[in-house]
Parts: sequence; structure tokens; C-alpha cells
Amino acid sequence: MSLIDSDRPEEAPPAAKIVVTRLNAYFHKFHAIHDITLSIPGARVTAVIGPSGCGKSTFLRCLNRMHEHVPGATAKGSVVLDGVDVYDPAVDPVRLRRRVGMVFQKANPFPTMSIRENVLAGHKLNGTRLKDPAALVEKTLRHVALWDEVKDKLDQSGMSLSGGQQQRLCIARVLAVEPEVILLDEPCSALDPIATARIEELIDELKERYTLVLVTHNMQQAARVSDYTAFFYMGDLVEFDRTGTIFTNPKESKTEDYVTGKFG
Amino acid sequence: MPTSHTSKVYEHELRTLREKLLLMGSLVEEMIQKGLTALSTRDTGLAKATIRLDRRINRLECEVDELCMRILATRQPVASDLRFVTTALKIVTDLERIGDLVVNICERVEELNEEPPLAPAAELPSLAEESSAVVHDALDALVARDVERARQLLVRDDVIDEHYTKIFQQVLEIMSRDPSTVYRATRIQSIAKYLERIADHAMNIAESVVFLVKGTDIRHSNRLRESDPLTPSPQGRLRVR
Repeated sequence: MSLIDSDRPEEAPPAAKIVVTRLNAYFHKFHAIHDITLSIPGARVTAVIGPSGCGKSTFLRCLNRMHEHVPGATAKGSVVLDGVDVYDPAVDPVRLRRRVGMVFQKANPFPTMSIRENVLAGHKLNGTRLKDPAALVEKTLRHVALWDEVKDKLDQSGMSLSGGQQQRLCIARVLAVEPEVILLDEPCSALDPIATARIEELIDELKERYTLVLVTHNMQQAARVSDYTAFFYMGDLVEFDRTGTIFTNPKESKTEDYVTGKFG
Repeated sequence: MPTSHTSKVYEHELRTLREKLLLMGSLVEEMIQKGLTALSTRDTGLAKATIRLDRRINRLECEVDELCMRILATRQPVASDLRFVTTALKIVTDLERIGDLVVNICERVEELNEEPPLAPAAELPSLAEESSAVVHDALDALVARDVERARQLLVRDDVIDEHYTKIFQQVLEIMSRDPSTVYRATRIQSIAKYLERIADHAMNIAESVVFLVKGTDIRHSNRLRESDPLTPSPQGRLRVR
């Protein structure tokens, strides 16, 4: 979304998909993020920016309970997805992660699986019986604009693809299980500008159906693709606003200093 | 809090941009002062020298444009830096246009000086003074990044329009009384129009200062200011008595 569009005053804030309240995350005694309260709008792209170590990836990983996989990592507070707190003991983290998928910095197709198997990996691991797996593979690969490039080599290893193609394959793997939210942790940082542009275009298309949260070090990318931006600094949420406002006229001087390149 | 950019080269580019913009502003002020002196003292030599000053302003306009484009292309500025660079692009255009209008005034002065003096419209010195004052104040507001000063400036446009309307009327009267004055009177009328336009550019600069500092776009909020001062108002129609 352009800076101007997202800044339209008449646009009412979209309904929240995820409501985060007083979220705190720890690695043993280290308090990584402090009392974060934030509503992530549905069917929009929310970017999370901030210098290294500010807690943005930790925040992202708290949204689908990936954080607790790190030994000694704990979280307090609530993350309410469509009215249900994902930290409720009754919530199954595996099922949660199907609804809240994740794409990582380094493309990580399963190395021993073919391209086709990678797309179907989520269903295979969940033991889902598919009526027409071939159709799902084609539909999903078309969705990430990879079909034409790989349709003749679906049985080859996912590792045979270029970095950008591998990342789109990973996004396809997430989409195949039909999530509602997609968390992207610096998905383009290892990609060249063309591959980056393809992923950004894909993000733009995906937001029609999914809620996306994008952690990025690339501020221009945040400005280009997101509707809302959260700025984290040393574990605190400093400012959250429409992306247009954050990059043209932020309210907090710390945000201003960071986005204009005065620290970080 | 940090006050300068991590990149010293970027910091230097922004400082250079600011210095060039302010240099242009001071040259424009100098041009206005000299042009108005040439007008009041009927000094053709000074008018010609003033016209030559415009070349420096034109050169600076190109330099500022080029620097802004380089910064936009290589630094992708955001927030206050973005506002500064985009505002600089607008302000140089206003300054360059003011320079051109002073050139126009000087050209009319040269033409007038070929003719016998004509008692100028009584309001002309006041208009000249007020126009040059608003340019000065707009540039001061820019230097000081003073939003209040910029906002206060915008209401002065009415006074300028009033002066201009009166001059227009006085000059029409002179011409209708004595048709032999038409050549000179139309030149005086043009000078008044140039002064009124100069003040309009100063108003644009003041609006840019508000945007630069606050990020608020206040353009086109005062319809009165944008209307032609000669457009008939409900108070009365301009006419030759």
C-alpha cells in the first residue's frame, strides 16, 4: 500500500485479527519484550521494525507460540486470535501454528523432499487425507507464482531451486494448510532485488485473504508493503501507527531518529 | 537523543542542501532590495546589475534540484528528512520565480527610465515594502523553522491585495485622464502585479515551512488568498470613476 493510501483519514481502522495485551517474553532471566499491547488489523500487512535485538522477532514468535520452543524461553500476557487466547492451556500449539503460519529469513525447504512433497508437507505431517493433492499443489504453486517455473520438475528436490524460488516454495508450504495469519521473519533478507520484488508483490496479493505480520530490517520494504508499522526499541513498543504516518510524520522522536537513520 | 545521522556523508548532503537553499534566499532578498531601489531612484544601471544576479539564482536552482534528486535516489529519505527534501524542491521553485519577477520589474524600470517620469501610484511604495517584507519574513521563518511566524504571514496577503487593487484603480484613473500616459501606466501596473505575485510566492514558502516542521499541509485552506485580487467581491466592483 502506498504511503498516501494508508494515510487516508477516512479509512476506519480494520477490525483486529490479533489483540496482544501486556505481552512479556523472557529468555531465562533476560526480559526480551516488555508489556507489549497492540492490535494487529485483519487482512492487512503489519510491519515490525527496529534495530537488532529490539525484540521484534521474539514478538513475532510469541504470536504462534514458537517462542516457547527455545530452551528457557517463557511468555506472559495474552495474544488473542479471533477471541481466543493462544496461551490458553486448552489451545494446541500445533493446531495454532496451522492457523498462524511462519516464513523464515532463510528459505528452508525440507531437503529430502521433492518440490511437490514440500508443498504437501503440512498435510502429511498432520496426517490429513487429501482428495486431490495434485490440484492443491498446482493451485498453491500458482498462488505463489512458482507453477510455471517448476511444473516440469515437481519431483526434484526443493533445494534445486534458486533462493527466491525456495522462499516462494516455503510460502506455498504455509499456504497449503490454509492459514489465517502469516508471520514473515525477514523473508527477503537473503534475496536479490528481483526475488525480493516478487515476494513483495506476493505479500500484496496475500493480504486480500490473510493477515500478515512482517519483521524486516529493510525500512523501505516496510514502507512499500505494509499498511501499519510497529517500531520496537530495546524490548519496548515505541510507536504503532499507519505506515504512512510512521514514515512521513512519526509522533515519537525515537521513531523519527530510527527511520531517518540517526541510530540503529 | 541523536541529532545527526549515522552516515556523515548523508549528514553533509543535507547540510549542503540547507546552505544552498538559504544562499538562494539571501540572493533573492538582495535582488528585491536592489530592484526596488532601481525603481525608486530610476537607476537603469542598478536595474541591469540586478538582472544579472538572477543567473546565480538560476544556477542554484539547478544545483538544489540535482542534490535533491541525488538524495532521493540514494538515501530514500523518510519522515522529517523526506519533508525537508521535498519542501526544498518546492521552495527553490518559488525562489526562482521571485527572481524572475524581480527581473521583470527591472525590465519595466529600464523601459520607464526611457520616458519622462510619471507620478507613480501613491500605493506602490507601500506594496513594494510589504512584498519585500513578507519575503524576508518567510525566509526568516524557514531559517528558524518557526511555524507561528509562517502562519502569521499568511494573513498579510489581504493587505497586499488591497494595495494592488488600489494601485490598479489609480493607474486606470491616470490613463483615463491622460491617454499619453498609457505606455508608462501599464508598466507601473505590471510592476504592481509582479510585486503581488512575489508576495504570493512568499506565502507558498510560508506554507512549505509549516509542512516542513509540522507535516501538516495547509495549502488551499484560504480560498480568499488564492482568488484574483481584482475579482469582484461582494463589497464592490472595481471600476473607473
